Amino acid sequence: MSSNTDFVLSIEDLTVSFDGFKAVDSLNLYVDKNEIRVVIGPNGAGKTTVLDLICGKTRATSGSIRFKGLELTRMSEHQIVRSGVGRKFQNPSIYENLTVFENLEVSYPKGRTVFGALAFKRTAEVIAKVEEIAREIMLEEFLGTEAGLLSHGQKQWLEIGMLLIQDPELLMLDEPVAGMSARERELTGQLLKRICNNRSVLVIEHDMEFVKNIAHKVTVLHQGKILKEGLMEVVQSDPKVIEVYLGH
Amino acid sequence: MHVAMDKLFGGREGLVGLAILAAVIFIVMPLTFDIFRLNLVGKYLTYAFVAIGLVLCWGYGGILSLGQGIFFGLGGYCMAMFLKLEASDPESTKIQSTPGIPDFMDWNQLTALPWFWEPFHSLSFSLLAVLAVPCLFAFIISVAMFKRRVGGVYFAIITQAIALILTILIVGQQGYIGGINGITDLRTLKGWDIRTDEAKYVLYFLNGALLIGAILVGRLIITSKLGRLLLAMRDREDRVRFSGYDVSSFKIFVFCVGAMMSAIGGAMFTLQVGFMSPSFIGIVPSIEMVIFTAVGGRMSLIGAVYGALIVNFAKTYFSESFPALWLFLMGGLFIAVVMLFPNGLAGIYSSHIKPKFAAWRARRGAGGGPPLPEVAPPPEPAAPKPAERPAAAAVPRSLAAGIQSEPSR
Repeated sequence: MSSNTDFVLSIEDLTVSFDGFKAVDSLNLYVDKNEIRVVIGPNGAGKTTVLDLICGKTRATSGSIRFKGLELTRMSEHQIVRSGVGRKFQNPSIYENLTVFENLEVSYPKGRTVFGALAFKRTAEVIAKVEEIAREIMLEEFLGTEAGLLSHGQKQWLEIGMLLIQDPELLMLDEPVAGMSARERELTGQLLKRICNNRSVLVIEHDMEFVKNIAHKVTVLHQGKILKEGLMEVVQSDPKVIEVYLGH
Repeated sequence: MHVAMDKLFGGREGLVGLAILAAVIFIVMPLTFDIFRLNLVGKYLTYAFVAIGLVLCWGYGGILSLGQGIFFGLGGYCMAMFLKLEASDPESTKIQSTPGIPDFMDWNQLTALPWFWEPFHSLSFSLLAVLAVPCLFAFIISVAMFKRRVGGVYFAIITQAIALILTILIVGQQGYIGGINGITDLRTLKGWDIRTDEAKYVLYFLNGALLIGAILVGRLIITSKLGRLLLAMRDREDRVRFSGYDVSSFKIFVFCVGAMMSAIGGAMFTLQVGFMSPSFIGIVPSIEMVIFTAVGGRMSLIGAVYGALIVNFAKTYFSESFPALWLFLMGGLFIAVVMLFPNGLAGIYSSHIKPKFAAWRARRGAGGGPPLPEVAPPPEPAAPKPAERPAAAAVPRSLAAGIQSEPSR
């Protein structure tokens, strides 16, 4: 479908059912280039499942997910990543026993095959890239620190950095500011605004202040379906949205 | 030192560790023991190959295989088949009803050499088979398991089942591969009698050299990005997968490497001990091999060698003195190691002995000349003894190759 090519990501009629329960139900979602899209919704609305479907962690029952013209539903997880989709998990998912430097280096998109990894060398280019990303995520002071010793917020940033080093065209973040202090939230917001140049960002978040701060457009999910989509102000004043989600 | 060499030998500390091990194998043991005991040490050291393979698979890759005996056995059998054919020339088997085939075939009314024995007339084929057959078998097992994301305890159980199946298969095929007795009465390798004392010395030293080689190969792997990926996978498999890596291919690789190392051990076992039988393949020997690794330290290549040596010495001593008690002791040892010293001897070394040693050296150094400006952060993880307990975790894991340009001034 030629109309799809304008979007970075186009999800059409996507359905996944777990033993008859439709966690995502005929979902249609389009994400533009350079857009920060936030997905909100009550617990169990299927937000995380949508990210799982995009990155291949969960397989769709039916429907299509197109990313730059590629049909992701038929690709394996590592192929999806290599095509330019990065995914941050809800809980900081980093390698606690490795240093910050090593965490970033392991995520560097070279030497991804067995023999590539054996032959991989820590070149000046790699070091420069790691340092650049570390500056971006405000961890340049911590390169030699074991990642397990970082604060919760820093771990979240590190994981974002591990994705950034791969330069994905679509970055998916599952609750990036959960458990962060106010100051860290602010810094994270600035970080997301900086990094959405030349890439699209899909964020799941509950923190409404944060959403207001970063979102270009907001999608409200409810029971696996889209309840409302649009600018934050419009969504926020929608009576249905207030009833199922914001009103709580 | 050149960076690559530095990585290979694990910096000064790694080099010292390797030198001590080499001294133990090549000098201390031959001077201490007569050839009978030294041959036993050689046998123990063949298990060290398996233990090194397990450090890679289990310690680094997080893949616990309870079936390494499979590969040890396959390697050993490939070697034994060549030696057996050489020992079964028509001249020395002329009293058989079919001369020129291995004796156990004759006893089982076989009248011709089975087709799969034919290529084992060639030494080069046999040596290739020592590596290739176990590697292929490991590849098939691991593709079937890891592509389906079978892991952890399920994988361990399946490998154990395969070890059992292979034992039963061999035992059942007495005419083809010698059954429960195994392949015995091996004599010469290309006309060179392997039963003489001199040959035993040569084989012992060859074994030691191959073992050092295996440690270096292991070092190359764990200090490469692949080694870091293995650790990362053990921690957070999903994160690695969603960083664009085909996780299963790395597991398959390390499992095959472990299998090939075990196979070299098996082949050296056959050469030094003079026979191969299914009793080295099954469940019990496979679990013993895991114990060697656990006792030595599953994150330490060198530790694994000591583990294999010490447990086997203990086994020989106790089973000579208290045959009935040995199995209980072994079980107790395993439980004690897992509960008290999860990183084995290498863990005890790095958390207890090394700090004291360093303090002693610092005290001595303070009096004497200027303290040696340590070469960057000492490349610790290259010598794989990461003290894993939280207390010791405060010691920063320095970067594997030591990034000189790191902004730590």
